[in-house]
Amino acid sequence: MPPAIVARGLTRRFGHFTAVNDVSLQIEEGDIYGFLGPNGSGKTTLIRMLCGLLRPSSGSATVMGLDTVKESEQIKRAIGYMSQQFSLYRDLTVLENLKFYARIYGLRRSRARRRIEDVIGIVGIGDYRGHLARELSGGWRQRLALACSLVHEPRLMFLDEPTAGIDPVARRELWNLLFDLAGQGVTFFVTTHYMDEAERCSHIGYIYFSNLIVSGTPNELKQLPEVTPREAVRLEIRAPRLASAMRALNSFDYVLDATIFADSLHVLAQTNTEERLQRDLAREGFGEVQVIRIPPSLEDVFVTLTRKRDTDRAGTTAPAEAL
Amino acid sequence: MLWGIGAVIYKEFIHIVRDPITLFLMLLIPGIQLTIFGFAIDLEVKHIPTAVYNLDGRPESRQLVDAFVNSAYFKIVATPLSNDALVSSIVRGEAKIGLKIPPDYTDRLLLGQDVTVQLLIDGSDSTVAMQGLNVANAIALRQSLSIVSRSLNREQPPIELRPRVLFNPDMKTVNFMVPGLVGLVMQLVTMLLTAFAIVREKETGTLEQLMVTPVSRFGLMLGKLIPYACIGAIETTFVLSLMRFLFGVHIAGSLWLLAGFSLIFLFTTLGLGLLVSTIAENQVQAMQVAFVIILPSVLLSGFVFPQENMPKVIYWASQLIPLTYFIRILRGIIMRGAGFYDLWPQAAILAVIGLTVLVTSALRFRKTLS
Repeated sequence: MPPAIVARGLTRRFGHFTAVNDVSLQIEEGDIYGFLGPNGSGKTTLIRMLCGLLRPSSGSATVMGLDTVKESEQIKRAIGYMSQQFSLYRDLTVLENLKFYARIYGLRRSRARRRIEDVIGIVGIGDYRGHLARELSGGWRQRLALACSLVHEPRLMFLDEPTAGIDPVARRELWNLLFDLAGQGVTFFVTTHYMDEAERCSHIGYIYFSNLIVSGTPNELKQLPEVTPREAVRLEIRAPRLASAMRALNSFDYVLDATIFADSLHVLAQTNTEERLQRDLAREGFGEVQVIRIPPSLEDVFVTLTRKRDTDRAGTTAPAEAL
Repeated sequence: MLWGIGAVIYKEFIHIVRDPITLFLMLLIPGIQLTIFGFAIDLEVKHIPTAVYNLDGRPESRQLVDAFVNSAYFKIVATPLSNDALVSSIVRGEAKIGLKIPPDYTDRLLLGQDVTVQLLIDGSDSTVAMQGLNVANAIALRQSLSIVSRSLNREQPPIELRPRVLFNPDMKTVNFMVPGLVGLVMQLVTMLLTAFAIVREKETGTLEQLMVTPVSRFGLMLGKLIPYACIGAIETTFVLSLMRFLFGVHIAGSLWLLAGFSLIFLFTTLGLGLLVSTIAENQVQAMQVAFVIILPSVLLSGFVFPQENMPKVIYWASQLIPLTYFIRILRGIIMRGAGFYDLWPQAAILAVIGLTVLVTSALRFRKTLS
């Protein structure tokens, strides 16, 4: 089975600005590929190139074995796309929206009828068939949008921030839906800002300032040497007065980084300093604190990689600024 | 090449049906416009309020005043008793024309001498001033001629003009305004609806969504235009029916020819709508851009103001406005009963302009999408 997506050196420039720089990645069928990165880092540009909407300035890509430039029309029939704003026709009913997309994809009457019932079943929107799209709540609109983009049975789905502005319950339900579909062999390319969503993906890519910094499974990413240097450990500390504890920790020279994480502190410190930490915190008046070794979270991964990238960039651009 | 056109037309008709307010306004607005332009606006000026300061007062002078009144263009509203009162009646706006007959009017005429009658005109309303001046001149000339003829012992002045106005014998403003209005309303409705239909999809992001589907650009464009072409055709029929049955303006020429030429104009205005949609990002902008196109259409197309008097540059600009040609066609067919051979040059120019607009906006539309 060929990979669902293969990109080789994909680059897109707008004038002097490079929106996507030399991105190479491979996504297998059935993967849920989570694509993360700050706003304006090139996520949407990359998706537009993969969908065949935008020609790459250089490099190439195949989607479902089809070339994104030469075979973009066939790609459109093979993929589904759901944008962050759930682009539905608000003055059309649920059923009419589905019928419209079934027709746009050229489904024959009998198949259209069957597929519409199928996707209504998949997203569970049966009770709202006759409702206008504008009468639906955010969660139901998003399900309808998903149903519309599924109606032609795509084997690959692009979801651009599908859960932005959706309540937590609806988010969880959407992800359960995605897992069901992925189990049936549908590949997903999902952009998101939520770390808990990233954790659910089978593979993750992180794009920062137009460059794909890492790509791999969540576990591979957490074990990257750049994230947790050989001579350092990640610790979770439960202490009272978190904010002042963080300030105290950052003043210790063997602590590389300390951040508040919900009701605890995540600390990156030199190896074999756990006891010293407890001693020093006790001396600063925080009492007997609990210190546990933890694996890095995905957020740790991205924060560390972003910082490293920034220092690298600062290093390379400094001579230019000196001029 | 036309992939998806059926789906787009299907969807577009649902949009139209779901929005009964717009549908209703589309029929109401032309109704209101027709009523205003058809009934309320009369370009012909009659019964101009006139002040008469008659210092003579004898039958000869009263005959002159009667000639003014009998023309129906003047209506005496004041008979001031001093020069100051005459002027002030005009300044106050009570009268727009002042007529001053000197005390020796009768004496001088009887002696066969020249006599000067003063006419004061309020020039602040130029239409009234022009009309008043022309009619007053004609009356004075006629009076003089009859006096001269009498002295030459002739019954009638030697030359008599017998005018016969063709096609609009009563010279009613309705007959002049309403056919032009048909064209204006057609342009307004089809252009705005088309532009809104496309810009709305830009606003809601559905246009972006459509681009990821296999719908062809040509199919999408035609799918958007065809429903509004249908609406435009219905609208045209409606407005023409109002014209015929409410205002009693008969269509002298061929209805089929009118329908055919209307179709050319319809595609031009749909093209304009498409053009607006490629320029505007949202509906407010679309409204503003449309206004920029509509304003010259109203003022320069010959709808109200004759193009012959325009400065050269403006005149040439007005020849680029599609409505200019369609109004000529409308007036030609409706009023003069003109046939295909009379009007084909107008239709040909209209077709060229229409094709240019449509192709330009189609190309721009393609670019918007990519």
